[in-house]
Amino acid sequence: MPSDTSALNTALSLILGFDPALMEIVALSLRVSLAAVLMAAVIGLPLGAALALWRFPGRSVLVVALNALMGLPPVVAGLCVYLLLSRAGPLGELGLLFTPTAMMVAQLVLVLPIIAALARQQVEELHQEYREQLTSLGLSRLRMIPTLLWDARLGLVTVILAGFGRASAEVGAVMIVGGNIDGVTRMMTTAIVLETSKGNLALALGLGIVLLGLVALVNAAAYVVGETARRRLG
Amino acid sequence: MNDMTTHIMTDTPPLSLEGVTFTHRGQRLLGPVDLRLTGCRRTLVMGPNGSGKSLMMRLAHGLLAPTRGEVCWEGRTPRQAMVFQRPVLLKRSALANLVYALAVNGTPRRRRKAHAREALERFGLGPLERRPARVLSGGEQQRLALARAWLLEPEVLFLDEPTSALDPAAILAVERSVQEFHAGGTRILMSSHDLNQARRLADEVLFLNAGRLIEHTDAATFFTAPASREARAFIRGELVL
Repeated sequence: MPSDTSALNTALSLILGFDPALMEIVALSLRVSLAAVLMAAVIGLPLGAALALWRFPGRSVLVVALNALMGLPPVVAGLCVYLLLSRAGPLGELGLLFTPTAMMVAQLVLVLPIIAALARQQVEELHQEYREQLTSLGLSRLRMIPTLLWDARLGLVTVILAGFGRASAEVGAVMIVGGNIDGVTRMMTTAIVLETSKGNLALALGLGIVLLGLVALVNAAAYVVGETARRRLG
Repeated sequence: MNDMTTHIMTDTPPLSLEGVTFTHRGQRLLGPVDLRLTGCRRTLVMGPNGSGKSLMMRLAHGLLAPTRGEVCWEGRTPRQAMVFQRPVLLKRSALANLVYALAVNGTPRRRRKAHAREALERFGLGPLERRPARVLSGGEQQRLALARAWLLEPEVLFLDEPTSALDPAAILAVERSVQEFHAGGTRILMSSHDLNQARRLADEVLFLNAGRLIEHTDAATFFTAPASREARAFIRGELVL
């Protein structure tokens, strides 16, 4: 298929030539997804740990809800954030719709349940093992949280990466709340959708390759870090 | 501080268990146990598996709350530490494990490292300070757990079958440490099902069977003239059912 091969060639030349349009899109995507994942980690890790440590009425409902939200369809998350931020919505006055901030919020909604739910599982497992020792040392549950999160760090890195994978790959949510505005809210995924429908396969393919490469790179780095740490810490 | 409090500070308060019972899912696993421990003696908790040794130690240390009855320290609650059958060490270096314990008990930051190193040396772990705690051998891990307990300067030390997974050399190291704790004025409450170990260490014996405290006697009496049929059988090495 000659057109496809030529598209691939053009894509590679766009990447290797650091095409400014391509780079701008990549940079915005990274900025939004990394910010979303960072915030999700800051909120989700302690939240998951607290959920692992405390027993209260309705806890199991909350755990199931959180697990279910891991599979929240991105378009639904996007729609909810859209309703919140639209002019008539409760947060409409902030004027955030169709901005990178709106996209970050939408991705946060998608990533937070993943990080909180998986962190809960990991911390709960570790807590089983540590509980008696930490109680014996005189730690309250609140003070156990930093210890457990730090000691679960190897597993939690993978959890955060799963969150990053979800954030960087989704298209539905950012499309709805960002609007795919050229130079403002155009992300890798939304650009791929647009360029493909326009028939501009070279740019779409170029973006696709960058996206794949990025995800592969991040996971390879995590694998190396995880393996080295596992060998060293036992 | 007046003279009265100084006097109390130097004396480990007596521990008493009054009608302590522990029930799990409607099944009584321990009790009712009545007992009082005083002074700084080495008390060995003996009995077959499932007799409630570990459970009683956990109740006494406060890791579990009794279903009925009361565990109380007379006067004040002393500093305590517990060493478990399988040491629970954090995923950090040997030194960092000890520094952590010092941080938890409120030792000022600048004194932690030196203090922790001192403990490592004392327990023969000096060269291993940078090694991850979890890749140490079983004996080294248990010594590290003892070093951690030592840093907490416990007035009462609980040890739950601390040697049951160790080889003879490591057992000897643990027993020596226990003796050192005791020489330093720490009350020892240790469970074991090893008669020879109990003979080596015990001042007094608590003998449990099927969740009941059958005997609480001086070691000499327990090993030569036990009062109960169960204890006699246990000492003769018969199966106690």
